[in-house]
Amino acid sequence: MKLVKTLLASSALTAAAGAVSAQDMANELTLVSWGGAYQASQVKAYVEPYLEMHPEVSVTWDESSAEAVAKLRAMNEAGNVTWDLVDAVASDAMRLCDEGLAEELDHDEVLAAAPDGTSASEDFGDLLVSDCFVPQIVYSTTFGYRTDLVGDTPPTTVCDVFDLETYPGKRALQKRPIDNMEWALYCDGVEKDAIYDTLGTDEGVAQALAKLDTIKDQVVWWTAGAETPQLLADGEVVMGSTFNGRLFSAIAEQNQPIGMLWDMQSFDLDGWVVPAGLPEDRKARVMDFLKFATDTQRLADQAAYISYGPARKSSAPLVGKHAELGIDMAPHMPTDPANAGNVHIYDYEWWADNRDDLNAKFEAWLAK
Amino acid sequence: MSDTTNTSGPVLAADGTPLKRSLAKALRRQKLRALLLIAPLLLFILISFILPIADMLYRSVENKIVVQTLPRSVEALSSWDANSGELPDEAVFAAMAADLKEASEAKTHTKVGSRLNYEYPGIASVFRKTGRKAKKFDIENGGPWKEELIDLDKDWADPGIWRTIQTYSPSVTSGYFLNAVDMRVGADGPEMRPESERIYMNLLVRTLWMSLLITFSCILLAYPVAWLLANLPTRQANLLMILVLLPFWTSLLVRTSAWKILLQQQGVINDILVWIGLVDDNARLIIINNQFGTIVAMTHILLPFMILPMYSVMQTIPPSYLRAAKSLGATDWTAFWRVYFPQTIPGIGAGSILVFILAIGYYITPALVGGTKGTFISNQIAFHISTSLNWGLASALGAILLAVVLVLYWAYDKIVGIDNVKLG
Repeated sequence: MKLVKTLLASSALTAAAGAVSAQDMANELTLVSWGGAYQASQVKAYVEPYLEMHPEVSVTWDESSAEAVAKLRAMNEAGNVTWDLVDAVASDAMRLCDEGLAEELDHDEVLAAAPDGTSASEDFGDLLVSDCFVPQIVYSTTFGYRTDLVGDTPPTTVCDVFDLETYPGKRALQKRPIDNMEWALYCDGVEKDAIYDTLGTDEGVAQALAKLDTIKDQVVWWTAGAETPQLLADGEVVMGSTFNGRLFSAIAEQNQPIGMLWDMQSFDLDGWVVPAGLPEDRKARVMDFLKFATDTQRLADQAAYISYGPARKSSAPLVGKHAELGIDMAPHMPTDPANAGNVHIYDYEWWADNRDDLNAKFEAWLAK
Repeated sequence: MSDTTNTSGPVLAADGTPLKRSLAKALRRQKLRALLLIAPLLLFILISFILPIADMLYRSVENKIVVQTLPRSVEALSSWDANSGELPDEAVFAAMAADLKEASEAKTHTKVGSRLNYEYPGIASVFRKTGRKAKKFDIENGGPWKEELIDLDKDWADPGIWRTIQTYSPSVTSGYFLNAVDMRVGADGPEMRPESERIYMNLLVRTLWMSLLITFSCILLAYPVAWLLANLPTRQANLLMILVLLPFWTSLLVRTSAWKILLQQQGVINDILVWIGLVDDNARLIIINNQFGTIVAMTHILLPFMILPMYSVMQTIPPSYLRAAKSLGATDWTAFWRVYFPQTIPGIGAGSILVFILAIGYYITPALVGGTKGTFISNQIAFHISTSLNWGLASALGAILLAVVLVLYWAYDKIVGIDNVKLG
């Protein structure tokens, strides 16, 4: 009952807001996203409902989120920004903001409040990591393992990844320093709170790389999120890191013998970024859509199509069952209390400062 | 010979104008027409090829952002001695405060922060943090700025930041190129980076070496195929040609993924080897995610670029030459090596140049099947273009790659002669 009420309330609200200024709004909307299952969840959860309310609007998709920062910068230099709303991960959003390529937003002004009246900035809380960023989902980079290849004692901590004796075989890790360096330090006995202080020193970097050295010749490095589920399905690796949604679809939709290892999962955010300098009519349309697409109910709806946690606190209780499989989605969310017992919070600011430096060291280490 | 008046004056054309002028006019019209005919192509090459390369070369040294965003600080810093080990004086801090106030109003402070962060990790957040407060700076009455800035972010007390700003203040920089050859600007001029941060020179050498290997394996595989194509009866040759061209028309990603399935440890080739007992199940071969994987996959992908020029050259060699050599007493080998092979060299040359130049620019295939030891320098260029946004460094790496190709091309011309290259 509560669900229906919120649904009605929020759609009535947006419909009213839309009616006021519909004349000044552009009717074309170019959205940039990742393609695949994630984009499909966005289509189902908020783009189709929005188009039903506004039949005059036509939406064009561009599946360029992976190169969003570079492309937006190029468009900006050419003086011809064709995108209206861009889906980007939080670190990219921060860089776009730094480069002046993204619009700074007053979250309370442009976003809908929670159904109980809580302001948007409070509802999103700490997840508003940048002034240019409206988070949609919390996803995590975490490990999956082959249930039939790990014997009777499945891995329980992230440090089992570094334990070649108990769990022999190859591991898949993402080909970048982020997350891997932190996991290595954590498993080398560094306190969680001290990870970034340690990593900020040359000795800390050496320590992390030395830990990674112990498994280096057993690692398959991946660059695309789809690789690890494939490597696990083929039995190429016994365990590997990837985005939790990818593992969910391998397990729940494709029935692969894969188990989830949630320990020290690395939380990350994905959300919307408005390109800077849009013409007024296009911007008005974008803001109208943005307000609708990030309200409490819409973010909860999205979780019915993909196992990523909604970024609003108020959406969590509304998460229901998977739209096709009919299974409860809550236990598959990275934010579920049972899964989030020990998480790794990735420090955006720290990585924004040190990414280039650490990347050079990481690449040099890889090539050794 | 009585009519001499005609020879003393200018020769006239039929319409009465001097012949010289009328000829020049006709020629000019012809040239103009020719130019108009090639104008679309010329424009196309200019816009899609020459200008982007020029832009890339410009970006690899361009560094206006620092002096444009922080003009006062750059000026004030010019008299500071970076090697003194002391912080700049109050005047420099005041100039920085004024620059930051202006920059944060124009929202350019984080941009210059990211630029300087490539050279000195940590600067980005110093600018980001200070910029948030800078809008409210009262330049006239505020200060002293030294304390104020250090109070906002203690990193302003790090002389390294000031040295970096000073070093990278000129509007033209060699920093990107130094970085691209694993060097950096140290306290006394350019110096090599520490061993643990050197990547690009190794990658460049590896890229060139592996591209050469790929070119040679292409020659070895393509030669017999091209020979067959040129010497089989037309019907069979056409069928064979389709087999050569089919993979050429298939998506690059599909072909690369197919190699993954074939070569991985639980893949088709290993499965067969284990099944026939050549390899133990616990000692499956590692033939992907290393240099071997890259060489195999790229040889396959680039093979048509070698076969096609070879084939078109071989087709023009009359079979009677070989018969003549044999009838004069040459063995099969001598006839091939002294008569046939030298005539195919232009085809080998053309194919090799094509394959080699394509190979050193590849990045998708090496990224997917190369693991850690089989990736190319182009993978780093792609990283700097799309992930780190350090376009200056990417341009410098690209410029170096371009220079290497030109030097190799020149060397090829000296050794083999570019006239000896034929596409058919």
